[in-house]
Amino acid sequence: MTGDERPDNPAGASYPVGEKSAERLRTRHGHPLRELTLDNLLAGQVIASDFAITAGGLRLQAAIAEQAGRPNLAQNLRRGAELVVIPDNVLLDVYELLRPGRAKSEDELRATARQLRDTYGAKETASLLEEAALVYERRGVFQRRF
Amino acid sequence: MSDSQNHWARYDLWDERHLSLDRFAVEDPENGFCASASPHDPKPTLVIENGRIVEMDGVLASEFDMIDEFIARHYFDLTIAEEAMSIDSRKFAHMLVDVNVPRERLVKLSAGMTPAKLADVLGHLSTLELAFANSKLRCRRQPSNQAHVTNAKDDPVQMAADAATAALYGFDEIETTVRVASNGRTNAIACAVGAAVVRDGILVQCSLEEAEELRIALAGFTSYTETMSVYGTEESFIDGDDTPWSKAFLTAVYASRGLKARCTSGSSAELLMGFHEGKSMLYLEARCVCLQRAMGVQGTQNGGIDGAPLTSSVPRGGWELLAENVLAALLDLECASGNDTRHSESEIRVGAKIMPYLMSGTDFICSGFGSIAKYDNSFNASLFNAEEMEDFLALQREYQVEGGLQHVAEDQLMAARARAIEAISAVLETLTSARLTDAQKRSILYAHGSDETHSFLPGEVSKMNAALLERNVTFVDVVQALAARGFTTEATRLLSMARQRVTGDYLQTAAIIRDGRVISAVNDPNRYRGPGTGYVLTEERRQAINRMRREVSKRDVLDGEGAAGQQDSRHWQIKAKGTAEPGQDPREVVIGISPGFGIRLHKTTGGVPLYRVLSALMEGIRERGGRPRVVRMHHTADTSFLGLTAARLSGSGVGIGIQGKGTTVIHRHDQAPHMNLELFSQAPLIGEADYRAIGGNAARYALGQSPTPVTISYRGQALGARFHVQTAMLYAIETSMIESEQDPEELEVEFYDRR
Repeated sequence: MTGDERPDNPAGASYPVGEKSAERLRTRHGHPLRELTLDNLLAGQVIASDFAITAGGLRLQAAIAEQAGRPNLAQNLRRGAELVVIPDNVLLDVYELLRPGRAKSEDELRATARQLRDTYGAKETASLLEEAALVYERRGVFQRRF
Repeated sequence: MSDSQNHWARYDLWDERHLSLDRFAVEDPENGFCASASPHDPKPTLVIENGRIVEMDGVLASEFDMIDEFIARHYFDLTIAEEAMSIDSRKFAHMLVDVNVPRERLVKLSAGMTPAKLADVLGHLSTLELAFANSKLRCRRQPSNQAHVTNAKDDPVQMAADAATAALYGFDEIETTVRVASNGRTNAIACAVGAAVVRDGILVQCSLEEAEELRIALAGFTSYTETMSVYGTEESFIDGDDTPWSKAFLTAVYASRGLKARCTSGSSAELLMGFHEGKSMLYLEARCVCLQRAMGVQGTQNGGIDGAPLTSSVPRGGWELLAENVLAALLDLECASGNDTRHSESEIRVGAKIMPYLMSGTDFICSGFGSIAKYDNSFNASLFNAEEMEDFLALQREYQVEGGLQHVAEDQLMAARARAIEAISAVLETLTSARLTDAQKRSILYAHGSDETHSFLPGEVSKMNAALLERNVTFVDVVQALAARGFTTEATRLLSMARQRVTGDYLQTAAIIRDGRVISAVNDPNRYRGPGTGYVLTEERRQAINRMRREVSKRDVLDGEGAAGQQDSRHWQIKAKGTAEPGQDPREVVIGISPGFGIRLHKTTGGVPLYRVLSALMEGIRERGGRPRVVRMHHTADTSFLGLTAARLSGSGVGIGIQGKGTTVIHRHDQAPHMNLELFSQAPLIGEADYRAIGGNAARYALGQSPTPVTISYRGQALGARFHVQTAMLYAIETSMIESEQDPEELEVEFYDRR
């Protein structure tokens, strides 16, 4: 059985999406994928951010990964979908906070988790941070490194 | 040898070999020098109570370090764990090499096995079995390869030319990095533009500090990352300034920006960092790959990586590196299988290391084949480099294995390099104040490496990067610059790559892009189940793999001979004088030449023109008091029979047989065909003076003397490798001219000008 013969995933998209289910996706500014052409770019009809991945696209890929028997990859793609709307600098700050010795206590990580959940609806990612808070505490990761 | 010699002279010779630069470490598990099965590796255990893991590999949950904890929380499929852990390790090892057990089943079971269990399973496989298991377990059916494209000057113009070169040779991914930290943008743009000159779909990575790498990716210049390091001990992880959670978060961040991501791990990293806990390399790596699957990253770059030289220094090191990759494949991770560091100075060890990978195929044979000069590689020399590219092609061709690369015709190569130079110049001139003269461009076009170029220096490149940063340049600016200067094809291809990002198709496991199509483990899964299944070379691909730069065909040989013949015709003339009769002169030595000698063949494999060969033989005979007579044989091209027939026509009973390729024999009429007086089979080594000496000896045999046999100096050259192709073709030409019913023919040979 090739990938083409697989039953459609729950999301109903065939893979590769760009080739077989492109109509299911729109760019961030609402353009269908077929409008992402050189002429439209040069004419300013589409812009750089139209070429970014979307949360919907990631959730579709998560469903495809799940269907292909890759639950961990699917979970990562779902976390990714949550992070699409979060600005780069916020993400880099959260990453920095998760590195050893940056956060000084569980509370700091929990507060950040809350912010991700409340401001951006990033539930899965927030859980990951809360889990880190528990483990970091037990393993002494909050101690100062430099 | 001098009188003071006090040890075996062969040690001196061995000490001069490249291998002598390699170091070999004594196996020492206490100190981490242990490939597998250290006495300190835990016994596999997994205790589950109420759906929670309370013990794993001998450690209670309350004692879990961060790696244990992350694996325990995220790795396991608890519905299958009990069954998986209860399978005897040797039995599971058997299943790995059993073509009747499908990959899906093994992957599923692996999700119920602990790191210690997985390491224990792999320990039952030999190197051959590992390679076989890998052919079955690797994710994507179509093997691929990745190139390093860097240079010592961070020169974007050379980089674009070299990226185009790498694209032509067949790499699906290009990884670059910088010498000067701020030069990331030009590096990334140059690789993307250079690749776009050849085709769309090449994934580009610029390996940098995490935040900077992410920024460059966000600008749309790169599409994947593979430098998210993970480690097998907690202390190494902390020293690497990360935790499993920070890396898992970063993995999700890359996904959120549409970037393909791989983690990096590999044996000896913990040993180099000083935190190995006395555990074996394979067990620590098993923890790494379990962690990676748990994090949800689609793939890994493992197999030693920077630690490969150290792993290779211990017994079973090469086996261990391969075992790591097999483990990754078993865990359903895309595997860029190392082979990206020169693990040895010995070319024999290098060639041997790559073979199991070429035989089994991997998702990326090298996680960085040095497609550029060794000294230009900013990651350090790879296992294979530009210098050894054709060696790699020869291995593919010889064993009909897929290494992802192919020969490129020179005109195609130069055209692509020239266009890449023009395209990147257009971009740099539009977006920065950089200007290039034609002389500078030309120096890059033909350069093997940056030693030969007269282009930009790192300082100038840094200024360009400052300008790009200042203008906040993205891929859109590059596309516009290309389009404005007439590089519409390249602009369209860059855009097509950007469009791929929107769908996220290449975020699925083991994705590459060919002909604008994403190919991954989802739509091109490896389902190897024995001969004729899985990846099989197509006829078209086989033809591509078979091409080499110095291929020789019979036509080439004939053309070469024809040209030599035309050139030589003014030096001599052979006239046929009818059927040769037996001679009566006791001083006579008959030289029996082969059917094509001087007609279709004109020089020996040693490069001596045949008119000079014949002239030397005749002079040698005369010098020693003999009388030469030349006869052409039509009924045979075999040296022995040429010689024996000549001897039987000779008044003295001694004759010389010689083929057009230069092989010569001295024969006597009363000998068995293959029992000659002297045979000179190493034609490539026979010089003009040797032919004269052979003639001289033949005359002395004719006169009843016992000369010292002529010796041809041989210094161990691989004559077969150098000459057999040509020899076989030349001989085939001669045998095709045989007329078995035709008698030997008397010849009159006239030389015009001789030195």
